[in-house]
Amino acid sequence: MTARKTESDKNTFSDKPKLAALRDGFSEGILKLGEENKNVVLLCADVAESTRSHFFKEKFPERFFEMGVAEQNMAAVAAGFALAGKIPFISSYAVFSPGRNFEQIRTTICYSNLNVKIAGHHSGLSAGPDGATHQALEDITMMRALPEMKVFVPCDALEAKKAVIASAKIHGPVYIRLARERTPLITSAKTPFIPGRADIIFEPKEKIKPQVLIIGAGPVLYEALLAAAVLEKEKIGAIILNLHTIKPLDENKIIELAKKTGCVVSIEEHQIFGGVGGAVSELLSKKYPIPMEFVGVKDSFGKSGLYSDLIKKYNLDSASIIESVMKVIKRKKF
Amino acid sequence: MPELTDKKVKNLELLANTIRQDIIEMLVLAGSGHVAGSLGMADVFSALYFHILNHNPKKPNWSSRDRVILSNGHICPVLYASLARAGYFPLEELKKLRSTHSRLEGHPHFSSLPGIENTSGPLGSGLSQAIGITLAFRLDNLKNRIFCLMSDGEHDTGNTWEAIMSAGKYRLNNLTAIIDRNNIQIDGFTEDVMPLESLRAKYESFNWHILEIDGHNIEAIIDAVNEAKAIYEKPTAIIAHTIPGRGVGFMEHDFSWHGKPPTEREARAALLELRTLSGRLKEE
Ligand SMILES: Cc1ncc(C[n+]2csc(CCOP(=O)(O)OP(=O)(O)O)c2C)c(N)n1
Ligand SMILES: [Mg+2]
Repeated sequence: MTARKTESDKNTFSDKPKLAALRDGFSEGILKLGEENKNVVLLCADVAESTRSHFFKEKFPERFFEMGVAEQNMAAVAAGFALAGKIPFISSYAVFSPGRNFEQIRTTICYSNLNVKIAGHHSGLSAGPDGATHQALEDITMMRALPEMKVFVPCDALEAKKAVIASAKIHGPVYIRLARERTPLITSAKTPFIPGRADIIFEPKEKIKPQVLIIGAGPVLYEALLAAAVLEKEKIGAIILNLHTIKPLDENKIIELAKKTGCVVSIEEHQIFGGVGGAVSELLSKKYPIPMEFVGVKDSFGKSGLYSDLIKKYNLDSASIIESVMKVIKRKKF
Repeated sequence: MPELTDKKVKNLELLANTIRQDIIEMLVLAGSGHVAGSLGMADVFSALYFHILNHNPKKPNWSSRDRVILSNGHICPVLYASLARAGYFPLEELKKLRSTHSRLEGHPHFSSLPGIENTSGPLGSGLSQAIGITLAFRLDNLKNRIFCLMSDGEHDTGNTWEAIMSAGKYRLNNLTAIIDRNNIQIDGFTEDVMPLESLRAKYESFNWHILEIDGHNIEAIIDAVNEAKAIYEKPTAIIAHTIPGRGVGFMEHDFSWHGKPPTEREARAALLELRTLSGRLKEE
């Protein structure tokens, strides 16, 4: 069994999919940038190893800045670097950056439209055993609400690397949402990453009619792929759209596919307020209102536990997606 | 920096007086804004923009210019008046402070207006921005000097101390902070709201070089900046002791003038006092 879209990794549906962590993809991306562009600098807030920033530190010590446990300072110092023509990346856990330094990101980075890239690590439930205090479930909403900000939510390590590299080629602030745990590779090294262009990663077999559009972002898209495979056995066709760029939103692609299926399920490792599903429903309610269901964390904090257990506990797993698909199909008008 | 003659000092004092008059006129037209801190820092701004800085108002983006980062953005009336007087943009525009179709935002916005080097308003993040610029210049081997203007009240913020600590760590000798030590903030005197003393000892223990001056003495301001240039291995903070509302008797030392504009009547009285002082200075 393979993902239907040629660009997807052949291994995705095997019993043992290849695993890799988004944070390692970040590391590869920032190392490549370090080699290509001497204006790239990396700032870190006393979490160098766990954010995989330490390889850059070893390779480019003069361009690595250890800012200590001071995320507010780190964000505004990065603004200063950008004012002087550098391309600073700031690296910490998403609960702290942008969680703690939101106002500095808003005022000193976004309002000045400066070239700062924010790597938000350990997002979603991937901080597992560390518990709710360390699980960022609100960062997409915060970041997409800011003018000038672009928001990338890569689904695997390969895409994370590409998102990091792409971010440096765009002028202005970019938020890149990363995760700690090793998760299945969904894309392949060859899959292009084009900011602002959502990619179909699964389509039903020719004879099966697409009945639902699943839109998601981040590693949890893997659960959507598992769900789609099960649904197909029941002759229910699903299209899965990898919305790796939440902002700017690929409006045309979403509407085009929504017209094909007539209903949508969103999936994200994030609060359901204003994140992936929020962005999609803001668009659809205005331009093409159709039934929609939201798979995400529903107005609660996380808790300590194994990442794989938490995905189930907060109903983000394939079974929950299937349930939402059945619900939304029943609500369809055509 | 050019030589400082007695004549030049008097000229800078007169310019500070003119800037103070501009501030009063701007605020009474705007109907809102921060008067005490703006008036208190007029001498520092006069010394900076008309003597100390290596800059070119006709080429605001000239790469060799020194940078002025304003951290306490609410005193931007004094920045705007200084920039206009220096020739960055027409004086006429000062009358449009805070109005809908104006480039003079209520708090400074980077890129809105020539000469504005950073965005501020929310207190506590200016020093950080100045540090980023200084570190970047060091990477590129540039010798431009970076001045960060700060208030005393913003030393209540955690971000400010994070920044002070990191500037000490990186030994940023090209960075000079000038602190408006006017002893007031919104809710009262700084030592009542949240005691800051000993500010000098705090900075020193964070590995900074400290100078304390009378912030209304032009020669002292210039001397201090020169001394800061001679300090290697450390950033310097100049604690400028100022009188909030300086130059307008009924505003001086009164924290209730932190954030309100004068009425038209008060403005007339303020301008009369400032013009009388200016006349006296010219006669001397
Ligand atoms: C982070 C933040 N909190 C609150 C404010 C509101 N505020 C504006 S000015 C000010 C007083 C600060 O004291 P200081 O800067 O010393 O004022 P001044 O001496 O100019 O009167 C406050 C609390 C702000 N601008 N930023
Ligand atoms: Mg004060």
